[in-house]
Amino acid sequence: MRKQLYNVGAILKGLSITFKFMFAKRPTIEYPSIKKQHAPRFHGLHELRRYADGKERCIGCELCSSACPANAITVIGAENSPENRKSPGERHAARYEIDELRCIFCGMCEEACPTDAIVLTPRFEMSDYRRGALIYSKDRLLVPPEAGVGTAPDERPNGIPADLGRVAEVKSTVDVDEGYNATNRGQVLKVQRKGLAILKRDD
Amino acid sequence: MAAFWILGITLIGSAIWCITNTKPVYSVVALLLNFAALAAMYLTLNAEFLAVIQMIVYSGAILILFLFVIALLSSGVTPFSVGPNKLPRIGIPAVVVLLIALGFLTYAVNRVTANAFANTSPTSPVGPVGTAGVFGSVADFGKALFTTYLLPFEITALVLMVAVIGVILLAGDQAPYVASQKQAEEVRREMREAILRGGE
Amino acid sequence: MPDWIIILIKSAILLLVVVTTFAYSMLAERKVLGWMQLRPGPNRVGPWGLMQPAADAAKLILKEDLTPRTADPLIYRLAPFISLLTAFSVYAIIPFGASSAGTWAIGNVNAGILFLLAITSIGVYGITLGGWASGSKYPLLGSVRATAQMISYELGMSLSFIGVLILAGTTSLDGIVNAQAKWWFVVPQFIGFIVYIITAVAETNRVPFDLVEAETELVAGFHTEYSGLRFGLFFIAEYVNMLTVSCIASLLFLGGWNAPFGLDNLHVPGVIWFIIKVGFFMFFYMWLRATLPRFRYDRLMAFGWKFLLPLATLNLVVTAIIVAYMGH
Ligand code: SF4
Ligand code: SF4
Repeated sequence: MRKQLYNVGAILKGLSITFKFMFAKRPTIEYPSIKKQHAPRFHGLHELRRYADGKERCIGCELCSSACPANAITVIGAENSPENRKSPGERHAARYEIDELRCIFCGMCEEACPTDAIVLTPRFEMSDYRRGALIYSKDRLLVPPEAGVGTAPDERPNGIPADLGRVAEVKSTVDVDEGYNATNRGQVLKVQRKGLAILKRDD
Repeated sequence: MAAFWILGITLIGSAIWCITNTKPVYSVVALLLNFAALAAMYLTLNAEFLAVIQMIVYSGAILILFLFVIALLSSGVTPFSVGPNKLPRIGIPAVVVLLIALGFLTYAVNRVTANAFANTSPTSPVGPVGTAGVFGSVADFGKALFTTYLLPFEITALVLMVAVIGVILLAGDQAPYVASQKQAEEVRREMREAILRGGE
Repeated sequence: MPDWIIILIKSAILLLVVVTTFAYSMLAERKVLGWMQLRPGPNRVGPWGLMQPAADAAKLILKEDLTPRTADPLIYRLAPFISLLTAFSVYAIIPFGASSAGTWAIGNVNAGILFLLAITSIGVYGITLGGWASGSKYPLLGSVRATAQMISYELGMSLSFIGVLILAGTTSLDGIVNAQAKWWFVVPQFIGFIVYIITAVAETNRVPFDLVEAETELVAGFHTEYSGLRFGLFFIAEYVNMLTVSCIASLLFLGGWNAPFGLDNLHVPGVIWFIIKVGFFMFFYMWLRATLPRFRYDRLMAFGWKFLLPLATLNLVVTAIIVAYMGH
């Protein structure tokens, strides 16, 4: 009998908890009307950057392709000729394709690249109904000449590229920055940033 | 009257469907239809209580148990293979016998009803169920059941009780009855061996 | 106007009301469940998701209507209609207001409560036949469970009714509500009320008694194979049944359209009180669903037969003795 009464009490307690939760603050962020802020250096869609003079950074060395653990990158390099000079070096990438369906967004390509040509931006909304549409080639990866050089991760405020300005104010109960900064990587990043700032001030 | 004929035809039709069907579940559905038609028939006779009880007891409890068993046993099993149709050969004698039986029946019913209703007053007034003194009322039904017919009622209850106890004894979750310790040992050994053989 | 036209019009109105109530109680359920789980619930279609039912209906209608190859075609198609028919036909006798007004029920059957039991006892055929006719194992298990569960809990439910019948001295729903003018039967019949609430949840196969559907074990139980509109029919039947048992709970135990706590002089129409009470029960259903985990099957049976049934019987006997000695 005591046990039965205890069970009834447990049920009532459960009911009271669910009832209370009905009026609790909900942590839902209503994507896509409201977007959450990324962590800085979020790994999203790739971008091929340019130099300030408009030349492509990529020299078609295929280091990214061999570094990629998912075999997502195909690079076919070609010689630069005086009349068709795409990049400052001797070679450029004639074809550069990333299969975003294979990509695991690990960022190895970014780390392997000797010229900082390939970088990962925080853009992540690239779903499509066709598989083919998710193989990104140079026409979509390369920043258009009029858009400047592209953004290196460390230059992005809050990790958000300029053209991703649709990010609305976050109504989340979790402070993304705070949470992220508490991690080790966040600490390191902060130190790095500070260092960069100091370097810049110095020269 | 139209209601009577429609219901009557439904009744007989569903009954025939029920007994001629080779799929047991179809028979259950036919029987359900039959019960429903019968209940509706009671309703046309203003016997609401009877109709409702017919539904609750027969359709709601008994038939659903049939269905329970049939559904479990006949799932995925092809119905009985149909043998050669013997109906034509026995058809003519059957019809003859049936007609004779019907003739006798009509004759008997005619005589009995003629005698029975010769000097009875009209039956009690037809009216809403629930108030005492009308045909098929809950109050009268209950009173009759617990006063005049108390003994048969209790005997029925006893019989049902015996049946229930029997079922519990047969299907209860106690160990099967064994005469002796030695026999029990035997049973256990056989079961072990059967398991070892892979449940052949 | 001849009687039958009035009945036809009433039925049409009632059908409309019940179907709309179904649609929005489904939305309400998803909302309430969402809130209780710290989610906003559906809010994409229309303001606050109010057009969600229409979207759902369109989706269900447009979906392909599949019949598995192993299914029994006739019964497979018939079963959802049995469920739906029984679910709706109960409303023929449920009064939504005092019969002295004369317009609040389609038919005022004198054996109201019994009629109700008769109809609901047929409801299980839809589930059982549907599960059997699907010709696959999960639906069969679901339907077998449904049968056993509904037979077991129907007994407790009927017995919990009888206490009320004894107190009211009538089987007509109208009479029962009128008998509660002073005291709602939830007070003298508190045990009956508890038994009824529990058995009603079990009868409608809702959480925590939704073993018939039990998605963790049986995929979707008896309607695993159903798709499109036929699944929709089962779905409607389930919610309409929920509404039915809520109506009955209000009628039998909470005084139907009687105003609560002596609020008679507010002159609120009785049907408003009735709707509020039914709404409370509907909310209670959703609340339970958000809170309780599912029963284990053997415990469900043991609970029904070894606890609820004796409790209901005890309640019945005590009520009968008290009424016999003290009069109504
Ligand atoms: S992010 Fe990783 S997986 Fe994706 S392309 Fe670069 S190296 Fe390959
Ligand atoms: S993106 Fe970088 S690593 Fe890849 S081919 Fe171009 S220069 Fe080499």
